[in-house]
Amino acid sequence: MGNLGANARLKLGLWLLLMPLGLWLLLLIILPHFELLIFSITDPEDGAFTFEFYFEFFTEPLYWRTFLRTAVMSILATILTLIIAFPVAFYIAKMLKGRSKGIVFAMCLIPFWVSELVRTFGWMILLRESGVISNFLQWSGLAAGPVELLYTDATIMLGLVYSSMLFMVVPLVSTLDSLDDSYIEAGYDLGGTNWNVIREIVIPHAIPGIVSGCIIVFMLSLGNYLTPVLLGGKDSLWFTEQIYTQFITRFNWEQGSAFGLLLLVLSSLIVWLGLKASGQSFTKTMG
Amino acid sequence: MKKINILSLAVLLASGLATTAQATQELRLLTWGGYAPKEVVELFEKETGIKVKVTKSNNEEMISKLKATRGAGFDLVQPSQDRVASAQKAFKIYKPMDLSKIDSSQFIDSMLAATKGQSTVDGEVYAVPHVWGSSGLIVNRAIAADIKDYTDLCKPAYAGKVTYRLKRPTLIGFAFAMGEDPFAAYGDADKYKQIMEKVGKKLTECKANVKAYWSGGDALLSLMRSGETTAAMAWDAGGWKLNRDNADITFVAPTSGALGWIDTFVLPRKTKNEAAAYQWINFVMRPDIAAKITASAGNFTASKGSDDFVDAKAKAQYQESFSAKDIDNIKWYPPVPAGLEKIEGKILDRIKAS
Repeated sequence: MGNLGANARLKLGLWLLLMPLGLWLLLLIILPHFELLIFSITDPEDGAFTFEFYFEFFTEPLYWRTFLRTAVMSILATILTLIIAFPVAFYIAKMLKGRSKGIVFAMCLIPFWVSELVRTFGWMILLRESGVISNFLQWSGLAAGPVELLYTDATIMLGLVYSSMLFMVVPLVSTLDSLDDSYIEAGYDLGGTNWNVIREIVIPHAIPGIVSGCIIVFMLSLGNYLTPVLLGGKDSLWFTEQIYTQFITRFNWEQGSAFGLLLLVLSSLIVWLGLKASGQSFTKTMG
Repeated sequence: MKKINILSLAVLLASGLATTAQATQELRLLTWGGYAPKEVVELFEKETGIKVKVTKSNNEEMISKLKATRGAGFDLVQPSQDRVASAQKAFKIYKPMDLSKIDSSQFIDSMLAATKGQSTVDGEVYAVPHVWGSSGLIVNRAIAADIKDYTDLCKPAYAGKVTYRLKRPTLIGFAFAMGEDPFAAYGDADKYKQIMEKVGKKLTECKANVKAYWSGGDALLSLMRSGETTAAMAWDAGGWKLNRDNADITFVAPTSGALGWIDTFVLPRKTKNEAAAYQWINFVMRPDIAAKITASAGNFTASKGSDDFVDAKAKAQYQESFSAKDIDNIKWYPPVPAGLEKIEGKILDRIKAS
């Protein structure tokens, strides 16, 4: 009898503890998305059910091309971030010890104490035609006239990789930390080359970290608004910019909602495909 | 017992907070950068004891914000005159003005009458004028003296040296420069679409000339100031601001006519402090206060007699940019009918994607 009472109390406690999470999910995630869904399938004039806003996405090449461009560039940014972050993470996790490890890790962190807007403006000051790098090149005689480095797709890529670097380094460092050094030594003892050791020991161990880092970076890049808008050139269309324009400058909430949901669904699809291709499951990566 | 104590303490604290919030009145103003300079806000606070909370924005964001809250969150907003009637008809976000609360003797009569006329919906007046100005060209005359009209921005000689916004004023300016009258076609969606498609084609061809599409005023100023661009389509105040640093750069009224706008005062439908809103309007329309706003925003106001308080440099700049003929030639924005934004939006998207 007493046992049962304690059990019931435990259950109540569990529910109470889950309450903040549940409320957060319901009020800030599920309800708004539900409202977006309602908006996106209602005709603003007569309130009838319609799929026209979804058709618009698939029939107007402008919109799906923008999405495709955004997705491809985000994937590219993810791969680049991984390539740059992996050696950094390996160095932090395996080569450094004690104090210097903390210092280098903090150095990766420090840029993120400043807001994204400020960091982006920093890049603009460096890269613009009358900016620091252009002036240095002219001063050193490497360039005859002003050099414009801003407003290109490469600049967007730079901004994306820079702003998401930390989100790749952190999961990589934590997975690589858990790799026992003796495995690596054993690999060398058995006559493995550097490449063998990385391919057969380090990467298989780090895969959960790689995948979770990639998912975070991909989603951040896809949903980024500031970097493409500020660093991008006159041809730089980003899908989130489209959503913003539909909501704010066109007052077309229905179209904006449809785009927002399509972004959610299509990006989830890409992540799912990525997981399938790498032979990982979501639970394994996150757990 | 202890629980009750804590509870009552919390209630006491909450009610205490509520009373202090009531004691100092607040005016939540949604406006443009420069329209509520710190100096004016402080003078107003000193005189009335009302705190002013300023939020800076632009036309589209003002309407979107009010649309999202169905007219709540602010006590006074300042959209442009052409966006009042249409937004009210479509979204019902504004509240009619009680003109008896406004000191109309402080306004330039013709402007007050024009704004009242254009912002009347179902017999109710929704707006009174505040700041007016125009869009046209900002030109570095030392390098690009032959840029006289919007379409001159597409001259091959200025490839990569030009900037403008990818927004509706650009479409309309180019339409006028190409010999069309988009305002006359406001009521005829098919005709308007035809004009816009023609403009869209022109702007797509012109894209090679553009260095970057500017979006914020600061981006434009730094492009022109650094010499990265030599000509732009932009607001007059921006040109005059640049002129103070570099006499070669100034605002030029295009031959096909500058585009004139008036930013107004409008009450949101769920304004919480209407009385303070009227107090603010009457305060900032005083000639000496209006001159301070002219100094900070760079544009002139609808306040009668404030010219006498405006500094001589600003007046000289204005006269240099606008001859009497240029002023007669200003194309004032009529109220935008609903639905045009969709036509323009598609065209703008296509230009950007081309």
